[in-house]
Amino acid sequence: MPVPSLPGAALRSLLPFLVGAPILVAVQALAPPEQAIILVNLGVNVILAVSLNVVNGFTGQFSLGHAGFMAVGAYTSAKITVAMAGFDIAGLPPSLSDPLVFALALAAGMAMAALAGFVVGLPSLRLRGDYLAIVTLGFGEIIRVVIENTRFLGQATGIPGLPPRTNLVWVGMGAIGTIAMARRLGGSSHGRAMLSIREDEIAAEAMGVDTTGYKVRAFVIAAAFAGLAGGLLVHYILLVSPRMFTFVRSMEVVAMVVLGGMGSVTGSVLAATVLTVALEWLREVEGWRMVMYALLLIVLMLTRPEGIFGTREIWDLWPRLFKRRAKAA
Amino acid sequence: MSAAERPAAAEAAPVLEARAVTMRFGGLKALSDFELSLLPRELVGLIGPNGAGKTTAFNAITGVYAPTRGDVLVGGARVNGLRPHQICVLGVARTFQNIRLFKGLTALDNVRVALHSGIRTGIVQALLLTPHHYAEEARIRREAEELLAVMGLAHRRDELARNLPYGEQRRLEIARALAARPKVLCLDEPAAGMNASEKVALMELIRRIRDDFGLAILVIEHDMRLVMGVSERLVVLDHGVTIARGSPEAVRRDPKVIEAYLGDSYLEEKHIAVPGEAAGAGTGGAEP
Repeated sequence: MPVPSLPGAALRSLLPFLVGAPILVAVQALAPPEQAIILVNLGVNVILAVSLNVVNGFTGQFSLGHAGFMAVGAYTSAKITVAMAGFDIAGLPPSLSDPLVFALALAAGMAMAALAGFVVGLPSLRLRGDYLAIVTLGFGEIIRVVIENTRFLGQATGIPGLPPRTNLVWVGMGAIGTIAMARRLGGSSHGRAMLSIREDEIAAEAMGVDTTGYKVRAFVIAAAFAGLAGGLLVHYILLVSPRMFTFVRSMEVVAMVVLGGMGSVTGSVLAATVLTVALEWLREVEGWRMVMYALLLIVLMLTRPEGIFGTREIWDLWPRLFKRRAKAA
Repeated sequence: MSAAERPAAAEAAPVLEARAVTMRFGGLKALSDFELSLLPRELVGLIGPNGAGKTTAFNAITGVYAPTRGDVLVGGARVNGLRPHQICVLGVARTFQNIRLFKGLTALDNVRVALHSGIRTGIVQALLLTPHHYAEEARIRREAEELLAVMGLAHRRDELARNLPYGEQRRLEIARALAARPKVLCLDEPAAGMNASEKVALMELIRRIRDDFGLAILVIEHDMRLVMGVSERLVVLDHGVTIARGSPEAVRRDPKVIEAYLGDSYLEEKHIAVPGEAAGAGTGGAEP
């Protein structure tokens, strides 16, 4: 890999967003509203699945508390946009000020969720496997129950009447950002350190990998992006309530990660797409919807227990497709 | 460097020292008053029958266990209670008796993981793809490929570790340990499960690594004749107690060693390759 110059590197760094922006603007303009909600759901699920994959797939830990971090991001950003509604930053017109406030609110939501991830991760990551799953499940529920009993956060009713800020461009950018994050992390030394923990924790530790440190980092990164997903979702449906963040939501995300293949970013994206679209199509069969959904999961797991993509990525195939690098004999 | 306490310190200071290291597991004393002083570029063999405490000694040195009593010093600094990754960064790398590769990663990635502690770019730089990040990744890739080439694994670069044949897995584990840029390399039965000619080739390789990389090497070995061929010094353990130390010739004639060890040795003499050693027939339940 040649070392690019600074402008070249900046271009490369922003490339996914530069390519994605015009496409998303076009989709936003063309998509009929009844399809738009599905696409927003899809984008949010992609963010959730890809970010959880950093913990469950890369690092090999088992977190069941993703919905809790989503809630932290959602409430934080909702509180900010509601408080700032009708207030223009530095006298900017609302068309500029509102997106800016929203961006700041999302960033704040990510930061708070990351903080929650750190607070939860530090004590629980001493545990392994099933124990960690139970503890994260507990923490996720604690976050939800605390919200339900906090008057400031609207208790069980939640906060209605959020300003409409999310559209397909925002969600799409969030999804692109999350995928780029996961892909770049996976291709870096830090990502490989996380993978080594999944493969053999004792050997990773013996090879100089600070296993606890990297587990916490993975946890914090995943929590931050879950917070982003929460903030994006609630500013589309214009309501935030604790019912949206039960552990069923966490389970759905786990199902996407497992189905896609642990550690495969491509797989997470694909599984999030399949499951989101399947849930929409299954509205036709009404009462049988969840039964069919469960059956779909069972059949997929029986036929491909390692997940759709295993641990592979679609970009692993590129060099082979383009014969970019001649294989050393 | 606190080498002053060595009276005959005309030579360099020891890179690794164990002082009266004792490991106790409940009522079991797996290792008592273990003493070791490893000079730079020295190749020392740690031998003893099954359950003698060899792997326990390794685990105490590399931080898998904190010693119950006694001190471990790396480059003169006390490392008791440090986590294994911290001790690794200080310069002690190891391999495992029952190979512990990152099986689902490629050979190249296995080596690159161990190079990660030298990286100077953070996660944020990796996510933003800064030029500095590219430079670091390119350096790591180059160094990893060099190490694979040294161990004769260049052609296996993109192969998953689990798909390599046994002998190559052993060599990959050594390549990975070398990638941690250690001052001391600890090899836990590197020849286990190999046939006689493979073992001899491996010992040659170990000696060459010592010369090329300028390392001190501590090697646990079962096969006494083999380790005698390469080591300058031997430490013999039995039931956690150091029963002999010194040159291979002196150790071979030590009556205590003959008493503790020769049963095994005779067996090996008769069936030249002892099968089933790869399964790690229990080195005192001291597996990490």
